[in-house]
Amino acid sequence: MRGHWLSTVMLLLTAAFFSLVSAPAARAASKLYVVTTTEDLASLTREVGGDHVEVEAIARGYQDPHFVEAKPSFILKLNRADLLVLVGLQLEVGWLPPLITQSRNPRIQLGTPGYLDVSQFCKILEIPTGQITRAMGDVHPLGNPHYWLEPENGRRIAQAIANRLAELRPQEASYFQQRFQDFSQRLAAAEKVWDQKMAPYRGRKVVTYHRSWPNFAERFGLNVVGYVEPKPGIPPSPSHTLELINMMKRENIKLILVEPYFDLKTPKAVARETGAEVVVLLPSVGGEKEVTDYFKLFEYDINLLVAAFGRIR
Amino acid sequence: MRFRPRASCLMLVALGLLLASAAHAQTAEEELAARLKALEERVRQLEAELAGLRARSPGAPGATAAATPTTAPAPTGAPGAAPAQLPVYGGASAAASKVFNPDISLAGNFVGALGRNSVNPLPVLEVPEAELGLQAIIDPFARGDVFLSFGEEGVELEEGYLTFTSLPGGVLAKVGKMRSEFGVVNKLHTHNLPWIDRPLVTENLLGGEDGLNDASLSLSRLLPAPKNVFLEATIEVGRGDSADVWQSSQRSDVSLLGHLRGYGDLSEETNLDLGFSYGRGHNDFGSSFITDLYGVDATIRWKPLRRALYRSFLARAELVWSRRREPLDTQTAFGMYTSADYRLNRRWTLGGRFDWSDRARDPSLTDKGVSAIFTYWPSEFSQLRWQYRFVDYAEGRQGHELLFQFLYIMGAHGAHPF
Repeated sequence: MRGHWLSTVMLLLTAAFFSLVSAPAARAASKLYVVTTTEDLASLTREVGGDHVEVEAIARGYQDPHFVEAKPSFILKLNRADLLVLVGLQLEVGWLPPLITQSRNPRIQLGTPGYLDVSQFCKILEIPTGQITRAMGDVHPLGNPHYWLEPENGRRIAQAIANRLAELRPQEASYFQQRFQDFSQRLAAAEKVWDQKMAPYRGRKVVTYHRSWPNFAERFGLNVVGYVEPKPGIPPSPSHTLELINMMKRENIKLILVEPYFDLKTPKAVARETGAEVVVLLPSVGGEKEVTDYFKLFEYDINLLVAAFGRIR
Repeated sequence: MRFRPRASCLMLVALGLLLASAAHAQTAEEELAARLKALEERVRQLEAELAGLRARSPGAPGATAAATPTTAPAPTGAPGAAPAQLPVYGGASAAASKVFNPDISLAGNFVGALGRNSVNPLPVLEVPEAELGLQAIIDPFARGDVFLSFGEEGVELEEGYLTFTSLPGGVLAKVGKMRSEFGVVNKLHTHNLPWIDRPLVTENLLGGEDGLNDASLSLSRLLPAPKNVFLEATIEVGRGDSADVWQSSQRSDVSLLGHLRGYGDLSEETNLDLGFSYGRGHNDFGSSFITDLYGVDATIRWKPLRRALYRSFLARAELVWSRRREPLDTQTAFGMYTSADYRLNRRWTLGGRFDWSDRARDPSLTDKGVSAIFTYWPSEFSQLRWQYRFVDYAEGRQGHELLFQFLYIMGAHGAHPF
C-alpha cells in the first residue's frame, strides 16, 4: 500500500516536473539558424545566406569527418536549428543519426524541409558496382563522399542551399538567389585562375593517403595512382607500404598528398625511400587558420600543389 | 512517384521561351542573362531531383540505374553538351536498393578465459551473445530499435523500443524494453564496453549482465542551463522487473527512475560529463519491500581533434548505493568502479579498472578487483581484447584470470549515443 502511494506521488511529481520546467531558450526569429556537418557546407551556406542566416558547423576542418564524436553539445545546436545541411553518402553515418534523434527538433528530421542532404544534387564519383563487402575496407556504397572538392559541385551545393533557404523563408527568396548568382560568378572567375595555375601539371601522377580527392583530381587533371592506406579506413601495413614504394619508384611518382588528420610517419618513410615530397593538402575549409572559406580552400591547395610541382619538376 | 517526361518538356519549353525573349530584350540584356543563368541552374537542379525520383520509384524505367555505374556525367551547361538521358546523381541509388528494409546488423562476441576463479568462473571458451540489431525509421514521427541477443542458452529481447522524435515541448519519448538510464555502464551493450566483463558493482548491485532493463516508458527533455552546458533530465516508469534487483508482484509495483545528466566542453579537446541517478522498485520480498538505488557518475574525455584517430584518453568513475528493505532489516550497500582508457595509436588502446563493491543482500561481504586491458583494432568493425583480471572475493578466495575476446560487427550497425 505504501509503495502504491509512493508510486502515485512520483508520477505526479514527474508530470509536474515536465509541465513546470520551461523549454530551452527560443531562437531569434530574425535569422534562420543553420547547422552544417562540415565547415565546407557552412562556408557555402554563408555565401548564399549572407547576414540573413546564422551558421554553425559540427566537424572542424582539421578533423576527420568520418570520426566525429557525437557530443551532447552538438545536440544543443541541432535542438534549435531551422535547417541541417549534411554531406550524406554515409560520411556522417557514424555520428549524425543519434544526434538527430536526440535533438528533439521535429524541423530537422529526415524527410522534413529542414533536412538537406546535398549529395543528391552533386556529381558523385567512385560509386561501387557489383558486390560490395567490407573486405574492401570502409567503402562508401553510395559513392565517394568527398565530392565538395570540385567547384562545380560547390556551385550545385550552394544552389541547393539557396533554394532550401528560399523555401523556408519565401519572402527572402530573391535575396538568397541574388547571393547565389554573385557566388556563382565569383566562383567562375576563380576557376579560371585555378585552371591556369594547374594547367602545366595536368596528368601528373600522385599518391594520396585516403581516397579524399577523386573529384579534385578529376577537375584539375591529377592522376591518383596509389594510396598509403591499403584499403579505405585500414591503416598502412608493411607489405602494402613496400608495394607502394616499388610502384612509386617504377612510375617515378614524387608527390604524396596527406590529409591533416593522418599520421605523417608512413608517408614520410615512403617519401624517404622514393625521393618524393609529402604535402599536407586540406580537404576542408578551416583545415588551417587562414583557410576561412570555400575560395581560400582551393587557393590554398592549388598554391601548395603548384609550389610542390615546381620543386620536384 | 513516377518520372514525368512532360514536366521536363515543360521546363525546357519555358527555358526556350526565355531564351527567345532574351534575344529581343536588348535594353535589359545583362539582367536577363543573370535571370537565364538562374533558370538554367534551376532546371539543372530539377533534373537532378527528377533523376532521384525516378531512381526511387521501383517501377520506373530508370529504377535499375541504381545498379549501374558509376560516375555521373557532367551536367548540362558544358559546351556542346546535349545529354541523351538524365544523369545519375549520388544518393539516388541508395534508396532504391534498400527500399524500406530496416538496417540489419550483428555484433558477435567470443570470449575465452584462462587462470583460476572458483567464485565466478567463466568457461574456457564461450559465445556469450550475438546481438542482432534491426533499426529503422517507422514513420515521420518515430524510429524503432530492436536488439535480439542470441546466446548459448537461447534468444532474448535485449532491447526493443520506439523513440518518438517529433513530440512538442522538446520531449523525447521512448516506449518498449530498454536498458535504463542509470549511470553509464548500465546503458552500454556488451559489445560496446571497453572491457570484457562488467564491473563488480554491476554484478553485485545492478543486476549483472542484464542490468536494469525493463519494459518501460521513458521521457526526457533538455533543461535550461548556462550557455553551452547540456542538461538533460530523464524519467522512466518500468513494469518493475529488472534482473534480481526489482521484482513486481502486482501491477502497481512499477519501478521509477530519474536521471540528470550535465555535460560541458571544457575545451575543444576536453569535456566533462556528470550524471546523477535514482531508481526505486519493489524487491523479491514482495510489494511492501522497496529497493532504492542512488548513483553518481563522472567522465572526463580528452581527444585532440587533429589526432583523434591516434590519441585519446577517457577516465570514468561510477558510485552506486543500494538500500534494500527486507522483513527484518534494511541492507545498505555501496559499490564503485573507476577506469581509464588511453589510445596509444590507431590500433592499440590500453586500459585499467579498479572495482570495489559490497553485495546487495549482505553488505558485510565486499569484493575488490583490478584489471588491465589491451585492445587491438584491426579495423573499426572488429576488436581483439585481452584482460588480466584479479578479484579478491569476500569469501577470502582470489581469482587470477586472463580473458580474451573477439568482437565483430556485421552489417549496418547504428551509431551509439555518446
